[in-house]
Amino acid sequence: MDNNNIGHHISEQFNRELEDIRNNVLTMGGLVEEQIELAIKAFTTSDQELAEQVIKQDNQIDNMEMMLDRECTQIMALRQPTAFDLRLLLAVLKIINELERVGDLAEYIAKMAIYISDIEGSKNDPYYEIKHMADLVKDMLHDALDAFARMTIEQIPAITSQDENVDREYASIIRQQITYMMEDPRNITRTLNVLWAVRSLERIGDHACNICEHLVYIIKGEDVRHISQAELEKKLKGEQ
Amino acid sequence: MTVEQTRTHTIDMKSILRGRENATESNEIAIKVENLNLFYGQKQALHAINMEIPKKKVTAYIGPSGCGKSTLLRCINRMNDLVDSARIEGEILLDNQNIYDKSVNVAALRRRVGMVFQKPNPFPKSIFENVAYGLRIQGINDKRTLDETVENALRGAALWDEVKDRLNDNALGLSGGQQQRLVIARAIAIEPEVLLLDEPASALDPISTLKIEELINELKVKYTIVIVTHNMQQAARVSDFTAFMYMGDLIEIGNTSQLFTNPKKKQTEDYITGRYG
Repeated sequence: MDNNNIGHHISEQFNRELEDIRNNVLTMGGLVEEQIELAIKAFTTSDQELAEQVIKQDNQIDNMEMMLDRECTQIMALRQPTAFDLRLLLAVLKIINELERVGDLAEYIAKMAIYISDIEGSKNDPYYEIKHMADLVKDMLHDALDAFARMTIEQIPAITSQDENVDREYASIIRQQITYMMEDPRNITRTLNVLWAVRSLERIGDHACNICEHLVYIIKGEDVRHISQAELEKKLKGEQ
Repeated sequence: MTVEQTRTHTIDMKSILRGRENATESNEIAIKVENLNLFYGQKQALHAINMEIPKKKVTAYIGPSGCGKSTLLRCINRMNDLVDSARIEGEILLDNQNIYDKSVNVAALRRRVGMVFQKPNPFPKSIFENVAYGLRIQGINDKRTLDETVENALRGAALWDEVKDRLNDNALGLSGGQQQRLVIARAIAIEPEVLLLDEPASALDPISTLKIEELINELKVKYTIVIVTHNMQQAARVSDFTAFMYMGDLIEIGNTSQLFTNPKKKQTEDYITGRYG
């Protein structure tokens, strides 16, 4: 089925409304990506000011979520959408929820950044551990939003398979941090900070996967939540 | 929620799902359309239609004007016999008997397959006589039987409470929505097996429309219902199965909720989402 399904309605205005929704989701996604970027930067450089900026900006994301909620509700009430249009709106309602949660996680990392900047000795600590994982989940989210923008699902298995790498990374960071704690109890404060941050990053990866699943629902009408990576790949391959 | 409650929930869900599967599996077929072609003069209006209409379910035909949905509906009780230029090939099986077979008595067929049209068409008689009409032409004149049947039919059509005190008033004095329900009562008084509804609510206000839809939902317990409607939301609300037709072809038929959320064919998708193909 044609992927760029948003246009071609007899009602031009309906086309514009749906296009609007898509653009707003992407704007919101862009904001969220920026928030993660800044929060990680604030965390690894102990930049209190930057962290405060991240916390302040979170309400922009919240406002966009509420606005998109309203727009979707309005279209449903006025146009009684069906098929692709209905699936798009239902999935958008869920996607913006995922994005809002990611925004909250970025805010949380920023709060941790403020907390650690007060701890002695952490000023010059680059927190290398979290950088690689942060890059991984940022890419996942970016690719998920990119697939949404193009309304294609070819890349979905590749994106969701990254989540396994993220989980592996998460497990290995935990093991590493436990070793640090055993070596010297004075490391515990720092270690806990790292753990909170990577926990948030791991969650961001999960949300990116969820966005991918919602996108599959929009395009294929199939519910691919709560199945394994192998099953997902089989489902998408089997019908292309 | 305690663990125990969660468990009962799961069990409930399972049995519901199982029940639903069984329901679709045990679907009996009331009407089978086989390779049906219909011509109006030179022009072919229906192209090799094949479909099955399940018993005691609501099947809706949707599609743009002139796609053949009313024509197909009218084939089911041979209303097209009345059109001189119409020529029909193929078969429609009602309980495994071809209704176009020479041996079929058309009047008897129409007793089994009742029809209601877009515009209510009560006879210029009393409310009572309208409903009793079908019985009287069958030669039933026993007052008690008539009283009973008329009351049951009017109750069945959700009209009894509104008209029980004025059964002898002229039916033309009723409102449009009431007239339409009266016509449905007239159709079900002779206890048909199948009810054909051709745009039954398109001339009615929203409240009367909802009453008719509610009625359809109640009637499907006893009758097989086939409905033609321009109003897609109505098809979505009242039907169990929906068939999409386009230019005399049956494009897609399926479970209504599936057809409206995830149609298989692009033409169906374009039509129900309001796109030009």
